[in-house]
Parts: sequence; C-alpha cells; structure tokens
Amino acid sequence: MSTSNQGSEVIFNNVGKMAIFKKNQTVILKNCSFTVEPGKLTVLIGPSGCGKTTIINLIAGYERPDIGRVKMDGQPITGPNWERLVVFQETALYPWLTCYENVMFGPLSRKVMTKEKAHEETLKLLAKVGLEDFRDKYPSQLSGGMQRRAELARALINQPKVMLMDEPFRGLDAMTRQLMQEYYLKLFEETDASHVFVTSELDEAIILADNLLIMTNKPSKIQKIIEVDLPRPREWSMVTSKRYLEIKAEALELLHEEAVKASTTSGKVDVDLSGLLEPVNTD
Amino acid sequence: MESKPDGKRQGRILIDHVEKVYDPEGVNVHACRDCNADIQPGEFAMVVGPSGCGKTTLLNAIAGFDNATGGAIYLDEEKIAAPDIVQSPGADRMVVFQGGALFPWKTVMGNITYGPVMQGKMRVNEAVKEARELMDRLGLSQEIERLYPDNLSSGMKRQVEIIRALINDPKVLLLDEPFRALDNISKGLMHEYLLSVFELTQKTIFFITHDLDEAVFLADRIFVMTTRPGTFKAVIEVDIPRPRDFRVLATERFVEIREHVKAEVEEESMKAFEAGERELA
Repeated sequence: MSTSNQGSEVIFNNVGKMAIFKKNQTVILKNCSFTVEPGKLTVLIGPSGCGKTTIINLIAGYERPDIGRVKMDGQPITGPNWERLVVFQETALYPWLTCYENVMFGPLSRKVMTKEKAHEETLKLLAKVGLEDFRDKYPSQLSGGMQRRAELARALINQPKVMLMDEPFRGLDAMTRQLMQEYYLKLFEETDASHVFVTSELDEAIILADNLLIMTNKPSKIQKIIEVDLPRPREWSMVTSKRYLEIKAEALELLHEEAVKASTTSGKVDVDLSGLLEPVNTD
Repeated sequence: MESKPDGKRQGRILIDHVEKVYDPEGVNVHACRDCNADIQPGEFAMVVGPSGCGKTTLLNAIAGFDNATGGAIYLDEEKIAAPDIVQSPGADRMVVFQGGALFPWKTVMGNITYGPVMQGKMRVNEAVKEARELMDRLGLSQEIERLYPDNLSSGMKRQVEIIRALINDPKVLLLDEPFRALDNISKGLMHEYLLSVFELTQKTIFFITHDLDEAVFLADRIFVMTTRPGTFKAVIEVDIPRPRDFRVLATERFVEIREHVKAEVEEESMKAFEAGERELA
C-alpha cells in the first residue's frame, strides 16, 4: 500500500453510552478512556456483552456517545466515513459482484481512482490475500475464510486511516483462523493505518496486538492496558516464548477476575441475568 | 462413590474395533472404521478431530442412541453396542448436549429431579434432598432452585445440566461440545467448574470438542481422530498436574502440548481437504 496514508489517532475521553436492553436502560460504557495510537494495532478484549462492539460503532461513527467525547486527530467523530472502515463478524460482500468487482467497488464509486489504478491495486491486494485465482468467483463460491480475506482486501483498497475489526475471524475453525491471522498480520505490518481489533480469544489478541486493552464487565471501561512488546514481524511460533507467556499470564489473571465478577453478579436471584452471559452462536 | 463390593472402580469404556456404516444398502458411508480405545475408570478423556470425522457417531453409540455396525463397545463388563445386541440408553451413561436440553417450563429443581422421579428410582422428596446435596457439594447456589432456565446465564444452565446428569449417579458422563456457545472468557470458568466436579465425583468423562485449549486444560488423555472414516490416530497424555486452574494456560508445557495436538488435527484436516471434503481456509 502507499505510505502517504498515515494512521490516525483516536481518543476516547470519559465516554459513557447507554442502551435500552429488555426494556431496561443499561449503561454499557462508563468513564471509558483510552487512546488508539497512530499506526498501532490496538486490541480490545473482554467478556461477550461488555460493549466491545459499541466502541467499534462509536469510532465508525454509527453511534454517538451520550457522555464524553470520541475524537479522531483532534476532531469529533460525527458520522461514518471511508477513513474509518469496519470489517464485520458476518461478511458483507455484495453477492452479485465477483470478488474482483467487490474490491474495486469502493474507490470506483467514490471516484478516487482511475479504472486502471483501481484494477492494479485490486490485483495487488487480491494477491496479498491469496485470492488471485479466485478473482472472478462470486462470494457464494468462496469458502468462509476466503470471503473474509476478500472483505479485508475490499476495506484496505480504500486506504482507511483507521481499520476497525469486529471479531472478524469468529466462527472459523482453528486452522482457518490461524491462517487468517497470519494473512492479517502481514497486511497490518505493511500499512501505516491504525487498527482496532476486537476479540474474545486471548492468543489471537496477544499475537496481533501492540496494545492490549482489557475491558471490565458492563458498565465497561478499560481495566488495564498491556503493551505487547513482542518483535515484529510476528510469528505464531512466538506463543511459546517466555515474554509471550508472561503477557498471557498477566492478561489471564485480569480476565479471570472479570469473569468471576460477572458470574457472581449473575448469582443474585430475582434479577434478569440472561444478558450478562448471552450465548453467542459461533456457527 | 462408584465402587463395587470388591472395591474396583467402575466406568471403563472399551471401544473395540468399532465400525459404523450409515445406509449399508446405499452409499455406504463409513463414519468410523476399526476404532479402538480403552478409557479407564475415572479418566477424563477428550476427543478431538476434524469436523465430520465421526466423533458424535461414537458418542451416540456409547450413549445407546445408535448402534455400531461392527466391533463392540463395553462399559465395564457389559456390552453396550454391537451388531448382535439391541442398544438402549441407560442412566449409567448420561449425555450433556451442545444446545442444552433443560425443560423451559420446569424450574431448576424440577429439571434436576425429573429423571430419577420419572424412572421411579426416587420419591420426590428424596430427589429434592439429593438435588440439594449435589448443588451444595458442587457449588451451585440453592437460591436458584425456583428459577426457570430462561432466568439463568448460559454458564449456569450448563451447571444445572451437569447436576441433572449426575443425580442419576451415572458411571460415565458424555459431553458433546457443551460449552461451544460460551465466549472464551466465561468458558474458562466452566472448565474450572467441570474440573472440580470431576475431582469430587471421579466419574469417567468422555468429552468431544474442537477447542484445543479446552482439550488440554481438562484432559488426562486426548484422543485424536482421523478424518472419515474416523479412527483414533494418536493418544496424547497431558502430564500437567491436578488440581489445575486457569494459570496453567500460560505455561510452556500447556502451549507445547496444545501445539502438538494442533499439528495432529491439522494433518487430518489437510487430508480431508485433499479428499475434497472441505475447503481450505
């Protein structure tokens, strides 16, 4: 990718966000403050239902904070923009376009690239995600992992300043998932964009992250920021390194504490607890 | 708790050259072929393998839901699956399912006591007493006994299901990805819970999963299945001392064993891919 595209800084300053949940008003985020450093990969990890997706929505501009501010490079975020693109849990490729057409769609419809340039960039990206032989396939003809790779290419061609990854590899089997992580690491390490990655899988979180943000239960805020100082390029073999295991031990301790808190809250009778540990369908 | 007069522990599952062919007159799909394993009384056995390799087929045969078409499965001395017998489920083999199977119209207590009362093994007040004792011993608050499943978190539902299985005092517990729907963080608590149940009750556990962290964390031994037709290709001993808590996840030995199991499973997934049975990534 071109290097002119500098990653942005995103700052959450005492953000609060409420939602109506089963007819009750619920505080999702409370006093949530953190910084997404430019060009870094920031990973958010926490129990399901703790508001990770809400944070993605706030940065994407799909939602506005009720309290506090979310700013990008000093300016408040007021709505969705191509500078901040989301890769979702479910694929969002256009089923009526081929892989190649899906990737080209953004820059062509925004008229920011010539056809030739878009063609060239698309082929480059498809090669990077290992889809050069599948460029003329429709999404339904691709496997789950391929669809998500196409999705990555489709976002990256727009050269966003902030990439928002909302559990993009959830539901993939372990092997496919690891392959995806490897592709994704390579793509990240080649760009200057800032990335925010949400997950509930600790190994995925550590192997990817520059900064690992551990979230509390609802009402959520950042409980702790762990700097993952493993060298780049990252390799899966690092999972047995001493430093990796130290980081993992620290993170596990914190996550376990939050999980125990969540389960003792749900031990109370006469409240509706089902939201605290809502089942997540991984299929 | 499971001991015969001579003091020998019960709950050995012997899988002896088991074969399962679906639709023997038509396409002849071999789900399992020449499948052998000897699971010891009181052992925590985890079963892993690529999707569609016949893990659930095997569990169904042990549970008595479906028979084997060749070979035999024994629970202690009793033959429980073989072509020459008529299989049937029994209270000595209890299954905890993926999707959860609590009756939504019954309270927690109603769910737990349903089995032994319906089978005429216990009177209601006996069953309630037994249920309370179990809940107490296995760390589930009695306060929830009047709640309906809808008011429980998914983690608690699983706990109730485990107790509902244990009240039958089975020899073996059969679990088919029971925690699949939980996120990794709540799953960790369930693992610790199940380990404490295991250590208290000493039941044989046969547990199917795709989650390799789960497999290593819980197992005495991990049985790796091949791609279809499923058979056991490797048995990996997990020599991490018990009692285990979440901290073992960050030890070198843990990660080493997991990577070993992963390599074994991936080899099989590759074969399935080459055989055209799955897409690669």
